[in-house]
Amino acid sequence: MKLKIKYFGLLAEITHCDEEAFEFSGSMVSELREALYVKYPDFIKKNFQIAQNQILVSDQTVITGDEIALLPPFAGG
Amino acid sequence: MNRYSRHIILSEVGQKGQEKLSASKVLVIGAGGLGCPVLQYLTAAGIGFLGIMDHDLVSISNLQRQVLYGSSTIGKNKAEAAKQRLQDLNNSIKINAYPEKLTHKNALQLFQNYDIIVDGTDNFATRYLINDASVITNKPLVYGAIHKFEGQVSVFNYQNGPSYRCVFSTPPEANEIPNCSEVGVLGVLPGIIGSIQATEVIKIILGLGSILSGKLFYYNALTAESTLLTVNRSENEVKKVLENRGNFEDTPIEFYCEKPCTDNSYDEVSLQEVFKMKNVQFIDVREPQEQPVIEYSQVTAIPLSVFEKNIDKVDPEKIKIIFCQIGVRSIKAVSILKKHHVGNSYSLKEGAAEFASYLALKNKN
Repeated sequence: MKLKIKYFGLLAEITHCDEEAFEFSGSMVSELREALYVKYPDFIKKNFQIAQNQILVSDQTVITGDEIALLPPFAGG
Repeated sequence: MNRYSRHIILSEVGQKGQEKLSASKVLVIGAGGLGCPVLQYLTAAGIGFLGIMDHDLVSISNLQRQVLYGSSTIGKNKAEAAKQRLQDLNNSIKINAYPEKLTHKNALQLFQNYDIIVDGTDNFATRYLINDASVITNKPLVYGAIHKFEGQVSVFNYQNGPSYRCVFSTPPEANEIPNCSEVGVLGVLPGIIGSIQATEVIKIILGLGSILSGKLFYYNALTAESTLLTVNRSENEVKKVLENRGNFEDTPIEFYCEKPCTDNSYDEVSLQEVFKMKNVQFIDVREPQEQPVIEYSQVTAIPLSVFEKNIDKVDPEKIKIIFCQIGVRSIKAVSILKKHHVGNSYSLKEGAAEFASYLALKNKN
């Protein structure tokens, strides 16, 4: 399936884009995470949460939406 | 003319609302980029009792965004310098300056004295400490954080809503996420994010509109785009914090930070090496639904998402061989074990599919 993935914070600095279309063949969020690790190995050492259709979901969630966002924590104040 | 007349003529606020503001007690932790606008607007709004906590001193590089300070306060403690400026803005409110660090020792007692906590800090250790102390003392927490041109705001622990740990359960590793002093920040950004935090504080006190609880607001100054993400409460995360209540004051702040990243290459082994080893425990860190299922007696399944909670399933007497689909999550699991000082743990270079075919081949022979 084709997903639209949005990258926030320093993840966008790794991907060099805020958003992209991503071809994905798995079914779980955990598999998507792994597919992203393959495309962007620098993601492995980064902590981020995944939102599906604007809802933050756990890795054990089945992917049903087409809009994904990757949210890292921000440190600054 | 009354100082608060523009509030009072709003039918949503009125004299009653203004009285609620002056009866409220708000603690702002961190009087930096976020803390300055939060404090300024809360002072102007007439919050009756404000606490300001910051152990840091004003430096010239702060003045690009920390709008409460000026040349005359360089070198002074921020909590005290902020108090001085804010009392000039509004001398009818009471302000307490705490020129010290928030610690596991002082947090709970301090939080008890306030109705709402505002997080304007710049590091994860303090953010997790603030979250946990807010959960334990049952205080709403107005959270804000920034990165270069982007910001996040949410309200945690509000009427049984989610906490910070429900969004980010695991603290990032040291040096993983930089702060403003390392990567820079657009000066006006904390002004925007801090003002949204101040708005949420006032809404909570007045019971106005819908509170940013169960939602995380994300803003990008470069694209002028914002996104509202839904956050669900994780009972498990909240429970863990509450269960630690008895030990909270004995748990130093460093506990909330993981060790620095290290090179993991020497922690990997191949299948061929593994089957020469004796006394091995295989650990499958994939989630339960993932294929193929490995039918092998020495395999313990501990999904990565619950790995840390189930660390007792790891056999300290055995050599731990951790695997997943392709050998990425297994590296993460090895680093978690290291953090817990569990040695003799290796990540399998191959994935579950190769493992399954290797086993099938072995059974044939």
